[in-house]
Amino acid sequence: MTIQQTLNSFRTGPDETGHFGNFGGRFVAETLMPLILDLEKAYTEAKADPAFHAELTSFHTHYVGRPSPLYFAERLTEHVGGAKIYLKRDELNHTGAHKINNVLGQILLARRMGKTRIIAETGAGQHGVATATACARFGLKCVVYMGAVDVERQKPNVFRMRMLGAEIVPVVSGSKTLKDAMNEALRDWVSNVEDTFYCIGTSAGPHPYPMMVRDFQSIIGKEAREQMLEREGRLPDSLVACIGGGSNAIGLFHPFLDDASVAIYGVEAAGHGVASGAHAASLNGGRPGVLHGNRTYLLMDADGQIAEAHSISAGLDYPGIGPEHAWLHDTGRVTYLSTTDSEALEAFQLLSKLEGIIPALEPAHAIARAVEIAASKPKDHLMIVNLCGRGDKDIFSVAEHLGGME
Amino acid sequence: MTTRIDTRFAALKSEGRAALVTFVMAGDPDHATALEIIKALPKAGADLIEIGMPFTDPMADGPAIQAAGLRALAGGETLHSTIDIVRAFRVNDTETPIILMGYFNPIYIYGVETFLKDAKEAGVDGLIVVDCPPEEDDELCKPALKAGLNFIRLATPTTDEKRLPKVLSNTSGFVYYVSITGITGSATPDFSKVATAVARIKAHTQLPVAVGFGVKTASDASAIAKGADGVVVGSALVEAVRKSLDADGKATSKTIGAVTALVSEIAAGVRAVKK
Repeated sequence: MTIQQTLNSFRTGPDETGHFGNFGGRFVAETLMPLILDLEKAYTEAKADPAFHAELTSFHTHYVGRPSPLYFAERLTEHVGGAKIYLKRDELNHTGAHKINNVLGQILLARRMGKTRIIAETGAGQHGVATATACARFGLKCVVYMGAVDVERQKPNVFRMRMLGAEIVPVVSGSKTLKDAMNEALRDWVSNVEDTFYCIGTSAGPHPYPMMVRDFQSIIGKEAREQMLEREGRLPDSLVACIGGGSNAIGLFHPFLDDASVAIYGVEAAGHGVASGAHAASLNGGRPGVLHGNRTYLLMDADGQIAEAHSISAGLDYPGIGPEHAWLHDTGRVTYLSTTDSEALEAFQLLSKLEGIIPALEPAHAIARAVEIAASKPKDHLMIVNLCGRGDKDIFSVAEHLGGME
Repeated sequence: MTTRIDTRFAALKSEGRAALVTFVMAGDPDHATALEIIKALPKAGADLIEIGMPFTDPMADGPAIQAAGLRALAGGETLHSTIDIVRAFRVNDTETPIILMGYFNPIYIYGVETFLKDAKEAGVDGLIVVDCPPEEDDELCKPALKAGLNFIRLATPTTDEKRLPKVLSNTSGFVYYVSITGITGSATPDFSKVATAVARIKAHTQLPVAVGFGVKTASDASAIAKGADGVVVGSALVEAVRKSLDADGKATSKTIGAVTALVSEIAAGVRAVKK
């Protein structure tokens, strides 16, 4: 592609107006515009302050449990009979997913800005739990918006958030899922501009969120890079990660984007299949539009009305995707594939049985494609799959699908 | 370039009163009834008409306008049929300014240039697009001005002195001052602060300033009309639509009258204030 040929680096975005190519931007109501400009300024200052990084690193080490291991999945590798598969174990983090990496960064920033009230949206509840956790740790008021449908299908996480002292607001507007939770969080922010910090859970939303969330999640890729160099003496040949909004994926991918030898695969949720219309694959089944403050690929109808996404995984059930992924898709640097609900369920069981690791349904989507890609590669091919969450939260919904409750 | 909006505000200024700007949602509760409501608005006392372009994800709107948009979408309203409403309205009314208000995505998907051409030809005078701040002016604002439409910007309590000039640049027709930090239809504004805020904006612009968000009654309207060039009422009108519907959410014989009665009442509040 022409864009790829003229680029010296894939790691310099976004530009000063928050764009990754044609994607991203700041499509927000005027009430919020001064707030996101303030946030950008505060983040730029924090990013240049060694004390901010030192504080974040200390919490990574002592509170989250970083670095997360890079684990050689020996039995999965034998089973597949191709590439050597490593798992980046971000499911071992405190709160059970990669979400805490981003939340801690944003909460430390909110403290620097003197904000006392934190709001968040959540789908599966992992970002909500991470936010509630950090708010408990720092004594901040926490309000989590969650679609009423998700409140119903993710009860354990709702209970965890309440235990942590957060207020859960079930969102009954629109489709009652993640996109509506995000609308409601934005409405809250418009109404409470003085004391409130909006802690967005994925690498989407208006600039500077996609950049900031990516930076906080890039710890995944930085660690993985060092760990692979130490273990194998060279870079991996491929990376695989699942994508809803895409924060775990961009966190793993970003430090490797300029290493041309590393093939990179993002995996979207295909639900009942991209052709069925019931899916959450914005890149494979959507087109560019503007929602939640940024231009990116979206699921929508011919009139530009946003469609409801479908995935067995509540964490991937979003009709958009982070703008940097949209750009990486258009430039061709990253290949975006998709996994159906039933393929994810199979991968969920495969990893549980072969490695004794119950993955969340989200990374099970990545495992499904990783196994397929690995099978076609030679034995000296090194692959890293981001295991971004653990499956405890999903066992009930998986049991429902497999009929294993009795 | 003088638009219907400029002409109307100038005429009302010489009449010595503020303008009543009414918002209703296109296609709510159905396409035909919405058109009849809009046709009836000028006679009821509306000086300018804002027509909402329904969107699934209206991030700055409260429950009343969200629900109105969903009712319209459920009835099959699209941006194309919204432009048809304007075209039909213009058959009998060539003077009342029409402003389309909504969010960017449906316009982006329609195609900005095609949309501007179709809207202008149908008789639209201005646009209010909530999620297009000055930082994104190249997307819609500048093409709209070039196409001969007014681009009406929102100013809010968070728009400080430093930012106001940026917000006001490329704004035309009038400035829409959002009187509260909040979503549409929520809190009632502190009316004593409204006049001060309007004065603050007027220090930076010659444009008329209309004030909205939270206006529900004739006395709210009078209070705002004292300090502003225009009073915007929206959520109260779409609530009047909702309350008039039958159990299945369909229009009744009371629907059009419910809206026009409220508009007349609020218009009296606006007109009671001589300036």
